[in-house]
Amino acid sequence: MSDSTHDLPPGSGLPIAPRGDRPLLTELDPRTKKRYAAERRFKALGLTAVCIGVLCLVVLVSSVLRQGLPAFTQTFIDVPVYLDPATLDPDGNRDPEQMKSVLTFGYQPLIAAGLERALDDRGLGEQVTADEVAGLISRGAAAQMRDYVLANPEKLGETIDFNFVANGRVDGYLKGRVTMESAALDSQISPEQLQLVDKLRDAGLIEKKFNWAFITGPDASGNRPEAAGMGVAIIGSAYMMLVVLVLALPIGVAASIYLEEFAPQNRFTDIIEVNISNLAAVPSIVFGILGLAIFINWAGLPQSAPIVGGLVLTLMTLPTIIISTRASLKSVPPSIRDGALGLGASKMQAVFHHVLPLAAPGILTGTIIGLAQALGETAPLMLIGMVAFVRDFPDAPPAGLFEPASALPVQVYNWTQRSDPAFVERASGAIIVLLIFLVLMNTVAIILRRRFERRW
Amino acid sequence: MSVTWLLLVILVLAAIGYVMGRRRAFADADGDVRKLHSLPFYYGANVALTSVIPALMLMFVWLIVQPMIIERSLVPQIPDATIEKAGALNLVMSDVNRIAHGLDEAVSQGTMTRDFARTLQTGETDVRARLAEVGVPLASDVDPEVLEVAQSFRAMNRTGSIAMTLAVLALAVGGFAYAYMKTNREFRARKYVEAVIKALLIMAAGIAILTTLGIVLSMLFETRHFFAQYPWYRFFFGTTWAPNFRGDSDLGIIPLLWGTAYVSVIALLVAVPIGLFAAIYLSEYAGPRVRSVAKPLIEILAGIPTIVYGLFALITVGPLLRDYFAQPLGLGDSANSVATAGIVMGIMLIPFVSSLSDDIINAVPQSLRDGSLGLGATKSETIRQVVFPAALPGIIGAILLAASRAIGETMIVVLGAGAAARMDLNPFEAMTTVTVKIVSQLTGDTDFASPETLVAFALGLTLFVITLGLNVIALVIVRKYREQYE
Repeated sequence: MSDSTHDLPPGSGLPIAPRGDRPLLTELDPRTKKRYAAERRFKALGLTAVCIGVLCLVVLVSSVLRQGLPAFTQTFIDVPVYLDPATLDPDGNRDPEQMKSVLTFGYQPLIAAGLERALDDRGLGEQVTADEVAGLISRGAAAQMRDYVLANPEKLGETIDFNFVANGRVDGYLKGRVTMESAALDSQISPEQLQLVDKLRDAGLIEKKFNWAFITGPDASGNRPEAAGMGVAIIGSAYMMLVVLVLALPIGVAASIYLEEFAPQNRFTDIIEVNISNLAAVPSIVFGILGLAIFINWAGLPQSAPIVGGLVLTLMTLPTIIISTRASLKSVPPSIRDGALGLGASKMQAVFHHVLPLAAPGILTGTIIGLAQALGETAPLMLIGMVAFVRDFPDAPPAGLFEPASALPVQVYNWTQRSDPAFVERASGAIIVLLIFLVLMNTVAIILRRRFERRW
Repeated sequence: MSVTWLLLVILVLAAIGYVMGRRRAFADADGDVRKLHSLPFYYGANVALTSVIPALMLMFVWLIVQPMIIERSLVPQIPDATIEKAGALNLVMSDVNRIAHGLDEAVSQGTMTRDFARTLQTGETDVRARLAEVGVPLASDVDPEVLEVAQSFRAMNRTGSIAMTLAVLALAVGGFAYAYMKTNREFRARKYVEAVIKALLIMAAGIAILTTLGIVLSMLFETRHFFAQYPWYRFFFGTTWAPNFRGDSDLGIIPLLWGTAYVSVIALLVAVPIGLFAAIYLSEYAGPRVRSVAKPLIEILAGIPTIVYGLFALITVGPLLRDYFAQPLGLGDSANSVATAGIVMGIMLIPFVSSLSDDIINAVPQSLRDGSLGLGATKSETIRQVVFPAALPGIIGAILLAASRAIGETMIVVLGAGAAARMDLNPFEAMTTVTVKIVSQLTGDTDFASPETLVAFALGLTLFVITLGLNVIALVIVRKYREQYE
């Protein structure tokens, strides 16, 4: 406030009114009001930004949950099937080797007959053909039954209650994804079949229950969404995490120890440091190109193998682990080193016997966070052939590391590329599993940090 | 002997070496630790390391070099007619590899005897069917010439692996014996062990350099192949992208760069204001309680894998934008669009911008704020006129880092932006980016001789150079700015 404003007459429209006119402390002049309003607007903008950020998180998570949770339950149909010895064991000697000559086609009529009989018992199914009835059940049902019969040949001639997975369209109908209108346009299911499903549900033959096969089973082809599972993908991801842990942790810790404790200040050290910070920012897909060119084309490692994925993810994770390890080595006070050196330890002994154990919780935390990052990485894995359709479980490591497998995030991508909308639900379900793993890993990291990290 | 067994034998040797070296040192000191130069542990470790490390290094090098040498010496054996028939040399070589692998597999599964596999003739046995039995399918029937090459491949491999086993074992035993003989009470075992450990540490640190070299060299190498088949000026200045696997493709990068830039700009338009204001609010206004809740919540967004954002774009944001904006406004009816990918990517970048800006705003010295507030400025005036200008270089650095993230992001654009290479201004139109095209050119069946596949490496190199440039500029700015107040 300059002196000149004091002399102005009252009511002259200038922003600052003379003093005598109003109680200064209880009423604000217009300019101050404007400034305060600007202040409030600014603060509100900030608060809005924070709220938008949190809202995005909520919308993202709830959309995934809403889409994905139904994937964990699946529709099953109870069918009492008469295992007809005349069809299944034409030679009549109950020898599984010879019964193998009956292919799944031989089993299908039995299932259809069983379902028809079950419907007839309840007086429901006179106007439906066997083909239509069989269309309600997953195409994998015959194979499931054949495996059972080959394993238990003595059951021939009995009527066994099978619990078959229902067709994906039936499942979609009970979950509200398929409607009578969409079924009328669909070659795979008809409105009549859906009316039959309603009757079956009323008769208690159809039930929805938790579907373990979704988590443990292998992937299935594009026209059997009801049977698709992510077992192979989980195993593949686990193998890759194993490779990353075994390689990235020792290499990362060794590199950090060198850079933090031993490296002299010279060109070589500088180059390494610049390199590490640049590698941390290289787009992940570039690492995929590296994996394809070096590990597959040049070194001749097999495509879609967890070992290649693990190596690529190791290179990607190394900068994260090195940066966090260096931070936790740095946080160990120099007095610890000085104490050890003063008692006659060599530099190496001081580091390995004293500094490293004290830094271990921080290192572990960084490693887990790096692993969590690697677990969700998709793009580089697509380039090294992990998008391939893999149905067979890989063997136990080490041989299994070289066999084709899938990975959780790539499996999600794969499912989004299929035409049947039932796979969108599966993809969201797989994401829920992926997110659960990530939450678990991060929780462990936070607990480790809270419990063991020392502050000096 | 397989590699696994060889490794095991070497490790067992190392364990024995540890025990024996330690014992020898003890015996030489008459059981009195005080007479030893180093602690007993180091004598054992010295023997173990001397027997293991040279042997493992030899094995590693051998495993890399042997296939190269064998391949080189096999090439002259293949008649030109066979190569012409198969189309390319590397196709013949992969056939040779498969047949040799199949025969080994058949022997190990017991469907062939060793001698039978060695003397097999194409005229007498249906090699293809026999190999299919053991799970090695071949694309065509086996030529006698190829079979012959495969047989000599097997023979050379066998000799090679026997030679490797012998050499590696000899080196391991030799190292063992040398270190064991040298062990006595005067021997400075700790010095040697520590020198070896330090060398290992340096090698681990060098892996970062190797990775960068690997990235640059592998892409440079393949990019050179690409430019040998496709003129560089058509790649950098071409305005159409129309790959055609029968040849005669248009592979201009401009439409891809346009899509990449468009998506990134939208992403930054979303992320920068929200992230910046969130950072300002959290660091300048929020109390400790709000801060301790809101900050981690926003940072969770950074920990969510990009595939989740991709799916979010595909099934939630895309249809939403199409049904409520694009179709009512008559701007198109594609769920995949630049706007979809850009907005979702913007959400992904919010925590990135906010936590970097938060750090930078916090680094502005408190005295600047106190000075401004003391002169009567309101908090927002202080932030706008004092804190923000002081933090500006750092914030620009943060935005550049976010931009480099956006340019290199893959899954969101693969699932959200679409695959049509188009140069258009309409944000509700599907366009495509560099990363999407890298993925589509390199997944599935790829032929590493055609420009349609090799172009992915040129795209990758371009992407690498752009993001590296942005990062370097950003880091320089951030670093310079930090020094200003330290």
